[in-house]
Amino acid sequence: MIKIDVDMAKCQHYGQCVFEAPSVFELNNDDKLEYTATADDSERANVEAAIDVCPMQAIRIVE
Amino acid sequence: MSHPVLIVGASMGGLRTAEALRRFGYVGPITVIGDEPYAPYNRPPLSKEVLAETVSHEAVAFEQRESTADVNWVLGTRVESADLEHNIVTDANGDVHPYSALVIATGLRPRRLNVANGELRGRHAVRTLDDAIALRADLKPGARVVIVGAGFIGCEVAATARTLGCDVTVVAPGISPMQRSLGTELAAEMQRRHEAKGVVFRLKTAVTDLVGESAVEGVVLDDGTTVPCDVLVEAIGSHENTEWLEGNDLNLSAGVLVNNDLRAMRQNGVPWNNVFVVGDVARFPNPAYDDDARQIEHWNIPTETAKRVAQVFTEQAQGEFRPIPSFWTDQYDNHLLAYGVLALADDVKLIDGDITGDCVFGYYRSGKMVGVCGIGMRSVVQSYRANFV
Ligand SMILES: Cc1cc2nc3c(=O)[nH]c(=O)nc-3n(C[C@H](O)[C@H](O)[C@H](O)COP(=O)(O)OP(=O)(O)OC[C@H]3O[C@@H](n4cnc5c(N)ncnc54)[C@H](O)[C@@H]3O)c2cc1C
Ligand code: SF4
Repeated sequence: MIKIDVDMAKCQHYGQCVFEAPSVFELNNDDKLEYTATADDSERANVEAAIDVCPMQAIRIVE
Repeated sequence: MSHPVLIVGASMGGLRTAEALRRFGYVGPITVIGDEPYAPYNRPPLSKEVLAETVSHEAVAFEQRESTADVNWVLGTRVESADLEHNIVTDANGDVHPYSALVIATGLRPRRLNVANGELRGRHAVRTLDDAIALRADLKPGARVVIVGAGFIGCEVAATARTLGCDVTVVAPGISPMQRSLGTELAAEMQRRHEAKGVVFRLKTAVTDLVGESAVEGVVLDDGTTVPCDVLVEAIGSHENTEWLEGNDLNLSAGVLVNNDLRAMRQNGVPWNNVFVVGDVARFPNPAYDDDARQIEHWNIPTETAKRVAQVFTEQAQGEFRPIPSFWTDQYDNHLLAYGVLALADDVKLIDGDITGDCVFGYYRSGKMVGVCGIGMRSVVQSYRANFV
C-alpha cells in the first residue's frame, strides 16, 4: 500500500493529477479535488506521474 | 567506465530527464551541470504565491527522488562551450566533461530593456530564485511599481504587487494584456479584472528611456510622458541560452531545432544521434498540430520532453511525440487553465459560462479546435482536453 497526501492549502483544484491516476484522484461535482488516502502499490507509478504534473506541487507519497 | 549522460541545465528539464532515464532503466552514470547555485526548483510560484510570501529555496525546491540519489550534480558551474564532434563540453573553470550523450536543458533568460540611461538600481526581471528574492525586497506597500510587458509573467507580478499594496502600472505595446495567447475578448476581460483591483494600463506604448541618477525614478514612454517609478519589472520576453552551443553544426535560429525524437538537428537536417534537447529551449515539431517546429514555454513541456528523451535513449519510444501543451495562471482569485496552442487560433468563441464570471473559451483554426481556456469551470475545460490528444 502507498499513502497519498495532498496539501489542500496548496491545491488549486486544477485536476491535472486526474489524467495520470484516475483511480486515485477525481474532481467532484463542485470541481474540487477528491482523492483516496491510500492506494495499491500498483498505483505508485501513476501517482508519481501525478506528482510530476501537479502545478502546485501539492501531492506527496508518504511511506 | 563509460562516460556519463551529461545534462546541461539543472532546472526542471534537467531534473525530469535524470528521473526519467532512471525510470526507463538506464543505470549508467548521469551528470547534471547548472550555473545556478541551487538544486532544481519550481519557477511558477516566483511570480505568484511565493512572491507574495517569503521567497526561499525551501518553499520552491522540487522534492529529490531516491532514483536520482546517485546523480552527480555540478551546481554553480557555467558551461562555456561544447564540441559535439568530440563529445565534450567545457565549463567556466576550464574543466572538460566528456559525455556519451548530451542533453541540452539550458532554458531561457529574460530579455532586458535596451535604454540609454540603463545603469540604475531598482530594475528587475523574474526568472530565477535570486531575481524573486531581490524583487520581493522592493515590493513595499505604496511602492510605485512599473511593469513593462503584459504577458503572463508581467500580469502575474502585477497581481501580486497589487495584492501587496503597491501602486502598479503596466506598460505594453499590445492592445490588451495576454492578448496574443488569450484572444481579444478574454484578454479585455482580464484587463477589466486587473483594473477593478486598481492596476493602471498604458497600452500601445513603448518605453524609450529611464529617469534617475543612481536608482530608477521614472519610465519615459514613446508618447513623451513619464511614469514615476520606484521598482521597474521588465517582463518583455526572453532569449534562449544557446550561446555555449555556437560553432557546432546545429540550427540555433530560435532555441535548438530538434526532430520528433528530440534529437538536435544538423543544418542539413540529419540529427545528432547522441544530442537531445528538453524544455523551453527545444524547438520541436508536434504532429498533433502541423509540421512547424515550435518552442512551447509551458511548465508541462520539460516533463513531457524529458520522458520522450528517456524513451528514445533506452529504445522504448513508440509512435509520435504529440504532447498536449497545458498552462495555468493565477491572478488574484482568477485561476486560468488552458490546453492546446491558443496562439494558433484564427477564431475564438465563448463556449460556456459568463464572461463576467467563470467562463470557457474555445480557440479554432480553420474551424478545428486548437485550444481551450477557462477561468474556473475545470470539468468543462477538461472535457475538451481529449480533442488535442
Ligand atoms: C516567473 C515564472 C513563472 C512561470 N509561470 C508559469 C505558469 O504559471 N504556467 C506555466 O505553464 N509555465 C510557467 N512558467 C514557465 C516554466 O517555469 C518553464 O517552462 C520551465 O521553467 C522551463 O524549464 P527548463 O528546465 O526548460 O528551463 P529553465 O527553468 O530556464 O532552466 C534552465 C537552467 O539552465 C541553466 N543554464 C543556462 N545556461 C547554462 C549554461 N551555459 N551552463 C549551465 N547552466 C546553464 C539556467 O540557469 C537554468 O537554471 C513560468 C516561468 C517563470 C520564469
Ligand atoms: S494537480 Fe495538484 S493542484 Fe491540481 S487538483 Fe491535483 S493536487 Fe490539486
